[in-house]
Amino acid sequence: MSEHDIAILGAGMHPWGKWGRNFVEYGVVAARTALADADVAWPDIQFVSGADTMRNGYPGYVAGATFAQALGWNGAQVASSYAACASGVTALATARAQILAGFCDVALVIGADTTPKGFLAPNKGERGDDPDWLRFRLLGATNPTFFGLYARRRMELFGATRDDFARVKVKNARHGLDNPYARYKKEVSVDDVLNAPIVSDPLGLLDICATSDGAAALVVSSLDFARRHGAGDPVRVRGISTVTPSYPQTTIELPNFATDSAAGAGAGPEHGFKESIAVRAYNEAGLGPDDLDCAEVYDLSTAMELDWYEQIGLCAPGEAEKLLRDGTTTLGGRVPVNPSGGLACFGEAVPAQAIAQVCELTWQVQGRAEGRQVEGARVGLSINQGLFGHGSAVIVSR
Amino acid sequence: MSKTRVPAVENWFTTDESAPALLGARGVESGSYYWPTAVAVSGNPSAPGEERRPVELSRTGKLWSWTTNHYAPPEPYVAPDPFVPYTVCAVELGLEQMVVLGQLATGADPARLELGMEMELVLGPLYEDDEHEYVVWQWAPLRSTP
Repeated sequence: MSEHDIAILGAGMHPWGKWGRNFVEYGVVAARTALADADVAWPDIQFVSGADTMRNGYPGYVAGATFAQALGWNGAQVASSYAACASGVTALATARAQILAGFCDVALVIGADTTPKGFLAPNKGERGDDPDWLRFRLLGATNPTFFGLYARRRMELFGATRDDFARVKVKNARHGLDNPYARYKKEVSVDDVLNAPIVSDPLGLLDICATSDGAAALVVSSLDFARRHGAGDPVRVRGISTVTPSYPQTTIELPNFATDSAAGAGAGPEHGFKESIAVRAYNEAGLGPDDLDCAEVYDLSTAMELDWYEQIGLCAPGEAEKLLRDGTTTLGGRVPVNPSGGLACFGEAVPAQAIAQVCELTWQVQGRAEGRQVEGARVGLSINQGLFGHGSAVIVSR
Repeated sequence: MSKTRVPAVENWFTTDESAPALLGARGVESGSYYWPTAVAVSGNPSAPGEERRPVELSRTGKLWSWTTNHYAPPEPYVAPDPFVPYTVCAVELGLEQMVVLGQLATGADPARLELGMEMELVLGPLYEDDEHEYVVWQWAPLRSTP
């Protein structure tokens, strides 16, 4: 516990799905649920930290103000953050900084999205200087293309199989069966996964997460405010990481055409990018992988969940399949991963997803994750990757 | 009459059909390589603002990974109708110590790819219109590889 901790007073979500309504509606539902959970009245919120969406026009670019308006202008300070998949945690980090600097006592962190069907696509127009546009134009390098490259690499390097990847989906589908906020609540078999149409070989349709509508919100405060509010022993945010890669970034990442060149870069960084995201969060929290009771990792693909086991330090490179197969990361195991069901059950609602991960950790350490509770959970980590060098991790504890 | 072959993007690669190369740059202080030069890539932070001199990147490297896409991507990819699956390769250049993406050479069989095999840069068609065939860099397995 440190003077850099803040309290999570409340968490709320709008169920994930493909509802086709305005993202603001979902955000308002999530916000009101989080406020009720925190027993904080909306007019008392002093800072609104919104995570932006790029798919819903101008209101999405100024999400903080959009939600503040929808909830009713209350004169709070406001900020809007965009960091691709890491947007939600960037919004949380902004709120934490405001709280720890003493500029506010209690804040609302919120993200919501309405997504179109199919692949996430770049912005329209002739955008010859935008690598995100060019990767589609010149390579046809969709997001699943990158997931496929990682998955194939895992198979070739470590002997992973499509069967291993399928077992990640089977596990997460089971985890999410009773999660009221999950979009997919259905058992899936290994054969279902293996027989699904191939998207980016070796990954099939059920190996890759969908895009969803959804919203998530958190009410966070200073520890003093929490105490005055009657929450003497609140869930705490112990560490937040939003680090960039360190040069040279030698793993090919969305949306790049090439990695950095390690020539002329000396020994290079101690950790790869994704490892470094976790390391920073562990360091802030004064905790390590052995302290985790559960983790919410960004399973954009089944194979990527296995990569995360190694990148967050649950095991050495090449050992993730063993952890999966021996049940370590399944509910009831030593450190269940994605007890919520993960992106496999949710699909991705970009600006809400990282916040949703923290909501799940909050409920887990409070013992309120009905139907998917990690017994005795006290410490949890969430982690994701964004685009263009964004990524994030959060450690919460009770 | 055959269509004129033109690069799908200017100044990313040479158009020498027999031995094309990617047009990169090298930092004069750090010795780090940069490609593509037309979009932002990370500089070497130990040599901020260093001068970058144009250089052709190695034409061969080792296959780092690959994947075949079985669904047509969204625009601005120009997909043929009917759609033809295509493979994207990641190839590690030895001298530059960097991994470079590129489509697998048109006609090459993705089933014969193996991790670490030698790959060579070639030019191949990306899409066409009434007058032009737009070409792009691709990776082809080197024939000498067993």
